Amino acid sequence: MRDTVQSVHQDAEIGRHANEPLFLLFYLSLGVAFGIVLTRSEVVSWFRIQEMFHFQSFRMYGIIGSAIATAAISVALIKKLQLRSVSGEIIAIPRKDLGSGIRYVVGGTIFGLGWALTGACPGPLFALIGSGVPVMIVAVLSALAGTWVYGWLRPRLPH
Amino acid sequence: MMEWIRGEWPWYVAGPLIGLFVPALLIAGNKLFGISSNLRHLCAALVPGRVAFFRYDWKRTGLWNLFFLAGVLVGGLIASHLGAAHDVAISAQSKESLVRLGIHDFSGLVPRELFRWQMLLTLRGFVSIIVGGFLVGLGTAYAGGCTSGHAISGLANFELPSLIAVLGFFAGGLAATYLILPFLLRGI
Repeated sequence: MRDTVQSVHQDAEIGRHANEPLFLLFYLSLGVAFGIVLTRSEVVSWFRIQEMFHFQSFRMYGIIGSAIATAAISVALIKKLQLRSVSGEIIAIPRKDLGSGIRYVVGGTIFGLGWALTGACPGPLFALIGSGVPVMIVAVLSALAGTWVYGWLRPRLPH
Repeated sequence: MMEWIRGEWPWYVAGPLIGLFVPALLIAGNKLFGISSNLRHLCAALVPGRVAFFRYDWKRTGLWNLFFLAGVLVGGLIASHLGAAHDVAISAQSKESLVRLGIHDFSGLVPRELFRWQMLLTLRGFVSIIVGGFLVGLGTAYAGGCTSGHAISGLANFELPSLIAVLGFFAGGLAATYLILPFLLRGI
């Protein structure tokens, strides 16, 4: 890994090393870990999502809240220490453009409707296919259709 | 140890573990944790058409994330073999209100009476799986993120757009839970 780090330091092109086999393998294994955590913690469960939207348990709020807190502390530390990534780039998180805000209000609400109806957000949809709910393949295909329709309508939508 | 892995993970273990994926991806390759961009990458890879939104080098910007996504699927498979199947331990109150809505089978991660192939031909199944999935894709693309990209990555970076999006997620989720699902599920 050390060799990679040094060679990348001399390389100005951003993101060039992301597709090296070693990195891809790492992202794959990180995904495996994420799928296991999502499934074993039951975040993928329709029942847990219903329980959350009915405010009948603290569990999901605890999970999401402590995930945000952990991520926020990590991000603050990374910024404070001005860390470089293993791939050699200075770590920078691009800020999201607020625009009129309409896309976040309307898009967010549309996603929320879908989240409660399917009982799953995008990550869990894929984890559920793996964990033995094959009909979620249809939900994923529908989600792809939804994304495609957005891409097609995009020039005509307020952002 | 194995007992612990097999059982139900407490929220204070699951939450921080999920949060750690943000620094792990940043430190590895300056990558921002977010699942829903993969839906765009998949469209760009499979059916870009003449839509400008899908005309970009998805391999350069998205291949890493598609590998992550493939991992999530494999992770679900592995997790389902880690422990014996057990009912999701939702609160008695939740169970009661779901029984009132007509849910009887609590033996899996999702109600099997709803998420089966045959149910696609019923209104309940069609709306839960096909309409729900469509709204997930449309909404996350329009909002530019989902629970991972906005609620976790975005809020962790104190971004106002993400806060607005997350409030939207809950507004939509509550609307579907209280205004649509009760009518949809009655009499499964």
